[in-house]
Amino acid sequence: MTTDTIKKQRRGLHLGNRFRALPKSARIAALIAFVVLLYVLPVKGFYENLGLPIPAGDGYLPLYTTRSDMANVLFQCGYYILLALGLNVVLGYAGLLDLGFFGFFAVGAYTVALLTSPDSKLITEYNWLESPWPWLVTVPIAVALAMLSGVLLGWPTLRLRGDYLAIVTLGFAEIIRIVAKNQDWILNGDRGIPSVAHPPGTWSDGSPIFGIIDWSPYYWLVLTVIILVIFLIRNLANSRVGRAWVAIREDEDAAELMGVSTFKFKLWAFAIGAAIGGLSGSLWAGQANFVNSATFSLENSILVLAAVVLGGAGSIGGAILGGFLVIYVPEWLRSVGDVFGWPDSVEVFGVHIDVSPTSLRFVIFGALLIVVMIYRPQGLWPNRRRAAELKDRQKEVAPVE
Amino acid sequence: MSERKPLLEVDNVTLRFGGVVALNQVNFTLYEGEILGLIGPNGAGKTTCFNAMTGVYLPTEGQIRFKGEQVSGKKRNKITKMGMARTFQNIRLFPEMTALENVLVGADAHNTTSVPTALLRLPKHWREERQSRARGLELLDFVGITGRSDDQARNLSYGDQRRLEIARALATNPALLCLDEPAAGFNPAEKVALLELIKKIRDSGVTVLLIEHDMRLVMGVTDRIVVLEFGKKIAEGTPEEVRDNPKVVAAYLGVPDAA
Ligand SMILES: Nc1ncnc2c1ncn2[C@@H]1O[C@H](COP(=O)(O)OP(=O)(O)OP(=O)(O)O)[C@@H](O)[C@H]1O
Ligand SMILES: [Mg+2]
Repeated sequence: MTTDTIKKQRRGLHLGNRFRALPKSARIAALIAFVVLLYVLPVKGFYENLGLPIPAGDGYLPLYTTRSDMANVLFQCGYYILLALGLNVVLGYAGLLDLGFFGFFAVGAYTVALLTSPDSKLITEYNWLESPWPWLVTVPIAVALAMLSGVLLGWPTLRLRGDYLAIVTLGFAEIIRIVAKNQDWILNGDRGIPSVAHPPGTWSDGSPIFGIIDWSPYYWLVLTVIILVIFLIRNLANSRVGRAWVAIREDEDAAELMGVSTFKFKLWAFAIGAAIGGLSGSLWAGQANFVNSATFSLENSILVLAAVVLGGAGSIGGAILGGFLVIYVPEWLRSVGDVFGWPDSVEVFGVHIDVSPTSLRFVIFGALLIVVMIYRPQGLWPNRRRAAELKDRQKEVAPVE
Repeated sequence: MSERKPLLEVDNVTLRFGGVVALNQVNFTLYEGEILGLIGPNGAGKTTCFNAMTGVYLPTEGQIRFKGEQVSGKKRNKITKMGMARTFQNIRLFPEMTALENVLVGADAHNTTSVPTALLRLPKHWREERQSRARGLELLDFVGITGRSDDQARNLSYGDQRRLEIARALATNPALLCLDEPAAGFNPAEKVALLELIKKIRDSGVTVLLIEHDMRLVMGVTDRIVVLEFGKKIAEGTPEEVRDNPKVVAAYLGVPDAA
């Protein structure tokens, strides 16, 4: 009992609790200020006014990356955060292990590419479309198709318990990649699909908002989508749906015996996660301009999984932090590497070995994950409930008696 | 008691686990408004009987009818929605949810808010949420754990966890409540309180099926008793009849077939 009180006192000092203790108006003001800060992050003037070396310029500052374009890095962080938010619904809320989450990203990206590119075989060979569609129209289609593939994948597998789902999802992502790589009739293999459309809009001088030089608008777009998605996910989490997910995660048998349609809610979790994954893919494709099978390697699925686990499964904050870290840290290490003269590649016996932090990120995150799992298995920014749950995992697998 | 309406009919149910016959042609009927005791030595098949009723196991032979409708083969959550709710011999709450959230999961059995409604926070979401919360707090009060609604279930005392399980089951709005050894581990004072609670539940219009080892508790609260031994029903009747039945005495005292 004494340890409990100590823990409570310690928790009282916790930053999150302090924030929650503030009056509501102060919390909202802080939140708005934070969101504004997020929007100005890629603006160069912001750094100049603060007297900081501007991104992509000279000098080194640990808080942001100086080697690559800030907006570029932030955009990449953005679509990974979106992916992590999607997987968090599946893994964090409903407790379903999906190892092939990037597959839904691929579905979203390919849908946009096929429908918006003038070089798409749907137009050039099959005459299914007369002309390419605008990007904006294809996004809902991409989301719907990703969701549909989630349902089709979940339908047979979610009735089963345990590891089946992990294996089937792993297979799904690989099948998409291999099919995309090896067949020619529509996805065009490694040659891919070029000239994918960008989001619409022009500045007052007539130049497109979503061009190829300035990445900031893409970042603002993905940031806006993230805020919207967080809002919607929170609505779900604090409702009958979220309760059903947590009940399923904690004790699926008991949940079912209390009237929860476990299959239905697992399928919903899966479909919603897939839809968010597809949304992320369509946003990415809108920037990338070019989509081919090389983008969808298994590593990416693992990276999203690492983001969710590292950040703290079951917590929106954790997913955001995790998605941010897995992209940002390697980028940032690159700048640090520059400062200390870290090479991008080394030559060993005439063989060039790529040792850039971007390539080493799986090694770095592998090590980091092991450390985090040992010292903080609940993740960096855990959901409190989920954190406590991990501690009595052992008790959970009792038969119905 | 002349025109008693059957609520649950266990009809010649046999349930085998490989070689083990956990239930052997068990027959009994539960009538609306009564409290029926299901007793028997350890391993007699009492919990298995609950599991067969609530859809956890499919009977090898025989039928179970609830409100005249066959339940075997139906999905577990459908059976719950038909009006059968249960507690567990080993407490199976959702440990990291608060007491109130646990009860809300039960109440959600009859709510219909699904993803689109929750996503857009339509009026139905708010209405069901408000009603369920009010009902949940009422039930926590009813079972005697007022004031613990925001505590995580795992932090409740053992006795409070047992009571919370009852509240969660009642939240599904059952016609039949099945309690699997609800007094296990209770001290005499807690047992008396539980006895009162069970009577209160019955008086609120819920039929009760009670598995219990404590004979005094069973005798004090039940209208009728069914006795199982090695998966077979060996006796049925009023508490007095059962108490004086030599087979039952033998089963409990371990005398080899005194009858
Ligand atoms: N899933 C199972 N697989 C195999 N055998 C089982 C299973 N469940 C129960 N049994 C067996 O069925 C018999 C009846 O068990 P049950 O749990 O129903 O007894 P009980 O009357 O509830 O006993 P107790 O008073 O100890 O709770 C026992 O012999 C038990 O070992
Ligand atoms: Mg038992």
